[in-house]
Amino acid sequence: MTQPSKPCDLKIAWLYGARMNIYGDRGNIIALTQRARWRGIDPEVVEIGIGEPIPDDVDIFFFGGGQDQEQIAVSRDLVGPKGKAINRAVDNGAAMLSICGGYQLLGHEYRPYGAEPLPGIGLFDVTSEAGSERFIGNVLVESNEWGSLVGFENHSGLTWLGSAATPMGKVTIGRGNNGKDGTEGVRFRNAIGCYLHGALLPKNPKLADWLIEAGARRRHGTDAALDALSDTTEQIAHRSAIRRAKQMR
Amino acid sequence: MTTNDRRAFRPDPRLSAALLLAKGVARGIQVAGRGGGTSAPGMVADRVDVGLLTKLTDRLAHGVVTVAGTNGKTTTSRMIADLLEAGGMKPVHNRSGSNLVRGVISAFASQARLNGDPGGDAGVIEADEAALPELLERVSPRALLLNNLFRDQLDRYGELDTIARKWRPAIERLGPETTIVVNADDPTLAALTTGVAARVVRFGFNEERHRLESLSHASDAAACRVCGADLAWHALYVSHLGDWYCPSCDNRRPDLDAIGLDIQLNGVESLDMTVRDTIRDTDGDHAIHVGVPGVYNAYNVLAAVAVGRVMDVPMPTIIASMAAFRSAFGRIERVTYRDRTLTLALVKNPVGFNEVLRMLTVATGGLEVPTLIAINDLHADGRDVSWLWDVDFELLADGDGKLATTGIRGADMANRLKYAGVAEDRLTPLPEEFESSLDAFVEQISAGGSGYILPTYTAMLRIRKILADRGAVESFWKQ
Repeated sequence: MTQPSKPCDLKIAWLYGARMNIYGDRGNIIALTQRARWRGIDPEVVEIGIGEPIPDDVDIFFFGGGQDQEQIAVSRDLVGPKGKAINRAVDNGAAMLSICGGYQLLGHEYRPYGAEPLPGIGLFDVTSEAGSERFIGNVLVESNEWGSLVGFENHSGLTWLGSAATPMGKVTIGRGNNGKDGTEGVRFRNAIGCYLHGALLPKNPKLADWLIEAGARRRHGTDAALDALSDTTEQIAHRSAIRRAKQMR
Repeated sequence: MTTNDRRAFRPDPRLSAALLLAKGVARGIQVAGRGGGTSAPGMVADRVDVGLLTKLTDRLAHGVVTVAGTNGKTTTSRMIADLLEAGGMKPVHNRSGSNLVRGVISAFASQARLNGDPGGDAGVIEADEAALPELLERVSPRALLLNNLFRDQLDRYGELDTIARKWRPAIERLGPETTIVVNADDPTLAALTTGVAARVVRFGFNEERHRLESLSHASDAAACRVCGADLAWHALYVSHLGDWYCPSCDNRRPDLDAIGLDIQLNGVESLDMTVRDTIRDTDGDHAIHVGVPGVYNAYNVLAAVAVGRVMDVPMPTIIASMAAFRSAFGRIERVTYRDRTLTLALVKNPVGFNEVLRMLTVATGGLEVPTLIAINDLHADGRDVSWLWDVDFELLADGDGKLATTGIRGADMANRLKYAGVAEDRLTPLPEEFESSLDAFVEQISAGGSGYILPTYTAMLRIRKILADRGAVESFWKQ
């Protein structure tokens, strides 16, 4: 974290980083901060734990997956003012990447087997439920906005899109939201929910930059394009992961 | 009791038939020249006599040691088998590390005689995390070692909570004839062994020098199992292992029966430590030297010593056995190849990888030796490479050592190192194939110099074979 005396150029909030940090999802935080720094932007990452309020000036949120036990505690903490603050920030242009458990809790609710539903904050028009099969494997998604996205899914929860929801893309390898409708993830304004681990952003730099751009726009109010970076290493990793996904299909 | 006395065993035609079949299948696989057929004999034997493993282990006069934990199983079981042998026992052991139920059956069937003689008088069973409950149902051990629980290959094992939940009923079923030897520095394991009917011997560190400053990103198990608050540590040694306590209730690390302290690391070669033991009446401090490196191995040493005491092996015998110990296949070994010394260290999960990185950088503060990281994503490696983002590769950003990457997921690894802040002129992404990558890597090492190779499991097997085929000479650890 940077000194409070120096104003940062980009504020990233890592929701429940200590509890929701499974499957290497912190790679997304690493990608966001490094890609900002490589452009001379000075990012600040704040971890928001249970009982801690959401600052007003968050530009990018990250919300990863966690173990079941943690998810219950987090759901309880989110309903109320915190959930409202997140909804408000996204309505005002903040960017958001949420994955797996985080994604589910940003929908209307998550229904486990034989237990009370966990309420979500309704940012996304999606509903999730426990499934009987675990989807594990490489995933390839085709999207309009970010091209092909490659990652790894590992979930038994099924997510269903409501009538107002736009999917992140079409799943061409893997199971996606629910294994049935061929969709993966959801997008609302500058917020994304999906099941893609991997970690996702380091080998899908286009998506990483889209989030940084949205965050920078929120902070500075202008539509300045980001400097291009040499993404050779990232592109090689991206292509090799796609090749692997096709091999293992 | 003598195990070689054939009359001691009542004839059991079903058992003999199962053993005959298992041995036949094993022979067939061998003749066909197929490696890796370690589960097939166990599978057929199990069909004929589901009681095979129970019957064979019941006949082991000194009982069975079952070893479980995410990291260090193979190394620790070997230490235990060695010290039992030094103590005059003849251990039967699934030494090849084939640790699922069928693999254990195969190993025990291959060492038994057709008349049902188990072929020894003590057992050592290395148990996979997923197989432990079933193995405990079949074999009630005299000592059960619970060494650690780390996040590992989530696509195979599921989350940490899931494993702990599956272990609990199996552990609660054990009676006082079993002694659970548990790493009390692991809060999850300490909770699993509180209030059980089995006897419990607890071990842990009271170590001054080798402490971590904070919990690593790879750590799980940060919540108090009593009240749910976040745990805190008076001292933290490896991942979430340490002298833990709950700041909001009175839950804390239980009192220890065997304590590791004064750990001295001798590079990537060996370690010295003191074990303070109160398990038997011979209380006192014992200096131990072992030819395995790293703080994580100090836990394995302490665990093996504690099991040895529970199995009534005298302390001087344990100390001598430890001093003679050599590392398990591929875990960490050193070969000479083209006039360079290569140290291979297996990496398989974030905690293990972090500990290897710590070992490579602790003396110099950064990486100074050329290093090749070989990442595969086959079933035995874990198909999901996300775990690379939980490893603290940022440790490697300091220093001048060159870093090369290879393997099916070498490209992911190179990308991870870039994001860890490793300067581009230190980074060489090499092709996936080990044959050419190995040579390109060795070229980067000056003649007479040394390099590190850090492979995942299947990459280790392959690299080892290539090195052996090319006549690399294994150099032995200095005692």
